Amino acid sequence: MSEVKGVAQKGRFKLFLERRKPIIEDWKHTFYLWKSTTLAMVGTVIIFVFFGIAIFAPLLTSYDPIAQDLDNRLLPPSSQHLFGTDQYGRDVFSRVIYGSRVELWIIFIVSIISVGIGTLVGIIAGYFGGAVDEVLMRITDMFLAFPRLVLAMAFTASLGPNLTNTIIAISFVDWTVYARLARAEAIKVKSQPYIEAIRGLGAKNTRIMAFHVLPMSISPVIVQLTLRMGTIILTAAGLGFLGLGAQPPIPEWGAIVSDGRSYLVQQWWITTFPGLAIAIVVLGFNLLGDGIRDILDPRLRR
Amino acid sequence: MMRVKLGTYIVKRLFLMIIVMFGVATIVFFITHVIPADPVGAILGGNAPIELVDQMRHQLGLDKSIPLQFINYMEGIVHGDFGVSLKTNRSVLKDIIDFFPATIELAIVSMIFATIVGVVLGILSAVYRNKVIDHFSRVFSILGVSMPVFWLGLLLLLLFYYRLGWLPGGGRNSLFIFPPHITGLVLLDSVIAGDWTSFWDGLRHIILPAFVLGYASAASIARIMRASMLDVLRQDFIRTAKSKGLSKRVVIYRHAVKNALIPVVTIIGLSFGSLLSGAVLTETIFSWPGLGRYIVNALLVLDYPAVTGGTLFIAFIYSLANLIVDISYAVLDPRMRV
Repeated sequence: MSEVKGVAQKGRFKLFLERRKPIIEDWKHTFYLWKSTTLAMVGTVIIFVFFGIAIFAPLLTSYDPIAQDLDNRLLPPSSQHLFGTDQYGRDVFSRVIYGSRVELWIIFIVSIISVGIGTLVGIIAGYFGGAVDEVLMRITDMFLAFPRLVLAMAFTASLGPNLTNTIIAISFVDWTVYARLARAEAIKVKSQPYIEAIRGLGAKNTRIMAFHVLPMSISPVIVQLTLRMGTIILTAAGLGFLGLGAQPPIPEWGAIVSDGRSYLVQQWWITTFPGLAIAIVVLGFNLLGDGIRDILDPRLRR
Repeated sequence: MMRVKLGTYIVKRLFLMIIVMFGVATIVFFITHVIPADPVGAILGGNAPIELVDQMRHQLGLDKSIPLQFINYMEGIVHGDFGVSLKTNRSVLKDIIDFFPATIELAIVSMIFATIVGVVLGILSAVYRNKVIDHFSRVFSILGVSMPVFWLGLLLLLLFYYRLGWLPGGGRNSLFIFPPHITGLVLLDSVIAGDWTSFWDGLRHIILPAFVLGYASAASIARIMRASMLDVLRQDFIRTAKSKGLSKRVVIYRHAVKNALIPVVTIIGLSFGSLLSGAVLTETIFSWPGLGRYIVNALLVLDYPAVTGGTLFIAFIYSLANLIVDISYAVLDPRMRV
């Protein structure tokens, strides 16, 4: 009995494979391309290590990233304190380790909000066209008329500088990129015959946008998002450094760099290590992004 | 015919820019007038006497309704009046005029550095594809867009100022050197006045900030230049030029580079925006008395008139730069005029 069931299952699985063959082939090819782009692999490894550090932070260090220990102020790097200690006696290594959680949180929420606003605005603009498109795109232009960091700074300062407002500010600055992309895709999709067919069947605009235009427009947005993650970290760290982002004692990497600024000459380690962490993670995202761009490049795919 | 079309294009773009600037002013109004629940309380602290609070609310025009505030605000902007800075107690417009030359000088020197380094590296990278110089140039580029500006600046300061003592540690000039004041650009003024001590001093001060600020732009210019060169080198007319028997040097420098430079022009223009963003951080690290640092200081103490003026001015300059890029692109490539 169970044998029969097993065969039937295997048959169904084979059928499934058969039907999905082109997609699976495509995935295999993508994987092959990914493997042959060494730099993309290096980037992926860096990002995975970054995620791992953020998840397992408490296992990697026994020091509290926030509690002060004034007896052990400004100690140089040693086997006890790998990256030394800061002016409050906090272990810089564990601040950098826990900082990865802060950065990951920022990336995560900023991605959700900015992609959300961006695709909504972009799809509505592209789908309806005409006056709606004109108005929404002019609003986008208005946000694009500011240098990014300056607008984000003004937003956080006005909302009150803290982690949540940093995230809101960066999202408000970043959505324009996705809006433009989603709009371009929506314009392409809406003139397809199948959209006409669905409309002929009586589907409402909201339904067409949500179930037919959105899924077709989202992939370039997601690709762009991975390309921009490095920039998100750099902006958040820049805000933290200026004192307009996450506030002490939150171990945000940019803010730690700023902590070490007055001790730069004698206690170089407070500034150096968190900055290095930013550089490595951003490098990882950039390598991965470059790799993705190469893999998606039709000239390379052929 | 051509000229008329280009003319209408420019007029159309100028008209659009006016609309966008109006929106920009509205966004800044929201940031400085609507979002802050209690700007006066934030400036004076919670325990300030009520008369003082009222006086300040009146001074800032906050005792009026929001729509009325908006009308007053727009009126002020149209007349170039951003109010009086709460911190320096001077007209914000005067402050901006004083601080802006330092920023523009830094941006220009960075741009020159970034363009030269980026274009040269891009060409070498494409011509010697997959050779040592190409690998070096690509590592240089990817590091340039990955390193945080403020961190790189601090480390270079540590090395070249504190440890080696080769370069000065910040500011535009040394304590007892007084550069001549004509345009406000130290290097240019020194040359005009023939004051070489002051020129040399200014140059030593600008090297580090200009490098730090220009690095990321140099990196992106190098990348675009490389890709563009590789594209051009594959074209038929290059093959024709080669088969005519022209030397490699002539083919590359006379035919390929010229055509490969067109997309780079756009990137150079667009980099200007990231330069203005980066200037905020670079100026803070190198105590550079520019507009970026002015805005940061204003934001940290919630000096709203200064924030309004500074932010609007930066957005205006940025939009103007983009407009110039678009127009020069339209001149170079007529297909863009849609």
